[in-house]
Amino acid sequence: MATQLRGTDVVIVGLGAAGGVAAYPLAEAGLDVVGLEAGTWLDRRDFAPDEIRNNYRDWPMLIDKCEQERPTSRATSETTARRVGSHPMMNAVGGTSLHYWAQSWRLNPWDFRVVSETTRRYGRSRVPLGSTVEDWPFGYEELEPFYDRVEREVGVSGQAGNVRGAIDGRGNQFEGARAREFPMPPLRWTAFNERMAEAARAHGWHPFPGPAAINTERYQGRRGCGYHGFCSKGGCPIDAKNATHLTTIPKAVDTGNLRVVTQAHVTTVQVDADGRVTGVNYVSGGTEYFQPAKVVLLASYTYENVRMLLLSKSNAYPDGLANNRGQVGRHYLSHHQGAGVTALFPYDLDAWYGLPAQGVAVDDWADDNFDHTDLDFIGGGNLWAMSDRRPISAAGMSTFGRGRNWGSAWKRFIRENSDRSHYFYIQKTTLPYEDNYLDLDPGVTDPLGLPVIRITGQYKKNELALAAFMQDRAVEWYQKAGATEIVRGGLGNSMGASTHAYGGTRMGDDAETNVVDRWGFSHEAPNLGVLGASVMGTSGARNPTLTAQALSWRTAQHLVESWSDIAE
Amino acid sequence: MNDDDAREKNDSSVISRRDLLRTAGAAGAAALVPHSIAAAAPAEAIEAGAAALPGPSIATAPAPTGPLMNLTARETEILSAMVDRLIPSDELGPGALEAGALRFIDRALSEAESDSAGAYRSGLAALDRYSHYSRGAAFVELSATDQDSVLIDLQTGGATGANVGFVGSSGSFFNMVKSHTWQGTFGDPHYGGNVDFIGWDLIGYPGVRLQVSEEDQRALEADELTPVRRSAYDYATFRADQ
Repeated sequence: MATQLRGTDVVIVGLGAAGGVAAYPLAEAGLDVVGLEAGTWLDRRDFAPDEIRNNYRDWPMLIDKCEQERPTSRATSETTARRVGSHPMMNAVGGTSLHYWAQSWRLNPWDFRVVSETTRRYGRSRVPLGSTVEDWPFGYEELEPFYDRVEREVGVSGQAGNVRGAIDGRGNQFEGARAREFPMPPLRWTAFNERMAEAARAHGWHPFPGPAAINTERYQGRRGCGYHGFCSKGGCPIDAKNATHLTTIPKAVDTGNLRVVTQAHVTTVQVDADGRVTGVNYVSGGTEYFQPAKVVLLASYTYENVRMLLLSKSNAYPDGLANNRGQVGRHYLSHHQGAGVTALFPYDLDAWYGLPAQGVAVDDWADDNFDHTDLDFIGGGNLWAMSDRRPISAAGMSTFGRGRNWGSAWKRFIRENSDRSHYFYIQKTTLPYEDNYLDLDPGVTDPLGLPVIRITGQYKKNELALAAFMQDRAVEWYQKAGATEIVRGGLGNSMGASTHAYGGTRMGDDAETNVVDRWGFSHEAPNLGVLGASVMGTSGARNPTLTAQALSWRTAQHLVESWSDIAE
Repeated sequence: MNDDDAREKNDSSVISRRDLLRTAGAAGAAALVPHSIAAAAPAEAIEAGAAALPGPSIATAPAPTGPLMNLTARETEILSAMVDRLIPSDELGPGALEAGALRFIDRALSEAESDSAGAYRSGLAALDRYSHYSRGAAFVELSATDQDSVLIDLQTGGATGANVGFVGSSGSFFNMVKSHTWQGTFGDPHYGGNVDFIGWDLIGYPGVRLQVSEEDQRALEADELTPVRRSAYDYATFRADQ
């Protein structure tokens, strides 16, 4: 029998990138908030610039819940799902925002209206058969004030390209109009970044620096980026990366209204006979607790949000919470970020002290920024020339067919070329499909005996055609910059587990095809909200975190404004 | 006789490497002096955001001479020979053995990679059996050229079907050893490898800095940046006793 705790207004399950943002507007409004986090607090002393620990071994996590719940995956329902590789999600206060790359993009307006815009410009038949994509229930303009708020509260650096309709050629001319400039200038460029920008301009493209949740000057009492080079899966030892454990969570704690409970492993959401949620059960130190709450916000990662709903079965919800219409786990997609291109240059790139959020972006081939009339796909990709290198991975670089990757001849190769390779991963529009989904694995469980998530997902014709098209653009860019060897990766097949996982609790007005409404609250259990990229129905061609955070703030603000309707 | 063999005959470092083999791949000196230079990093300079001061290079400490903790003398001998062919000592400079990769692997097998200990034992035995089976002698007795051709068989998976005891593909064993050898040569010296920054010097990595100013970046681009020779854990922020 679970120990019953004192009730609270709101319980947030997971204090990461999304929950860590939502906590602040709720606490600031005077609501009593309990934040349940599976991990612990970490700080700058835990973040040594250490490639072996960050990139080859486990992080300094005391709790490794996400690793134990790692999903299985398969391409189609005809095959058996297996657990492969690892998944770099993080259990800590601040979650994966502690060690993510911190690229903080807004989606572009087209991403909110894929169906209507495609239909308008090319006809309905151009929306791929089998795709379940819908327009978002609102447009970019609705989310803009929340993007703006989060960019300031969290701290995002970048170069605006469109301020209230005025185009600034230094930024992204394809972006939606923003109310004002970024609060901080963009990360600096290296000589190689400048060279890539020049090569892009020579193609007639429009290069610009990418946005990052990384300080470039003193901001909110913390320092600007040190460019130390260990940002990929690395925490920041000088607190310049704006993870939520440094930004919105402390602000929420300072109100006196957020209580952070660490090492709390939430197992189920409880409901009453009317189908309203009443709180959550969690295990901590071997003891089970019940935390009653008027409102529950799920804010763990996409796989965990879906899993929590599917595991929370009751009389009111026999197939899982908020799943009486069978939509939990549907409309899943993982961002097609692969199908990359690798290049070798005849000169040093001087990338040792870069970071993956530092670089040159090209959006000319993203979204619907170019005419698709004579193409066999919709959507596009963002090209990104970052500056990022660490010694072990540099020494493990491709030899580009110039002999084996060890021995004396290799030593000569690596001495000359360790700082001369570059890789484009390419983020592309990825659509949801009927037969790509999440459910519970029938055979694999976590240490508590609860089934893990099973991913069934495959990139389809649209994604593969788009990937080939984007590789052509990437090759053109590398050629213009003087690369001597260029190698294309495969176009992709099985989706697998991803750090850009979307859907499963999609947001939309139609309760028959969406789990949460336009505000992020369940169509079925009205006092249950869901935060994170699991509510997003499209991926865009860029990183999801800022959009997930803007949506979280919006959901939290709606809860504050509609408290009596939702909570009572 | 190919180039590698010629170099073996003429390279005076061969003797010291043979000594290394005999003393069970002794290296990893850096691991034994973790705090000796940390005091040279003024915490306030780091905290104030100043560029990292170039630290003194780690003094050469007496190499540990005891046997490895996790492998027998025989296994150690085979692993040493393999690691020595992966990143050899040659006219370009020292290799993985000198960098302490063997000691690094041994320590890893006690800690983060303890699950791999069995794979090392079975893989090294299978390597030696394959060497007998395909080249007629123990791996350590083969010429460098023959050792390389055996390792190519391992890497390509060609040794898998010989029924000499590889668990799964011989390529898996090869890749595991290669990955750990690279970590032990190019990783932070904190873990016992990359002794005297041998790995970082080979690839031209200018070292761990917490703050890299615009001027530092321009100096790097002009090939004028002085390498910093310190472990991440030599910075005051990350020292265990802070």
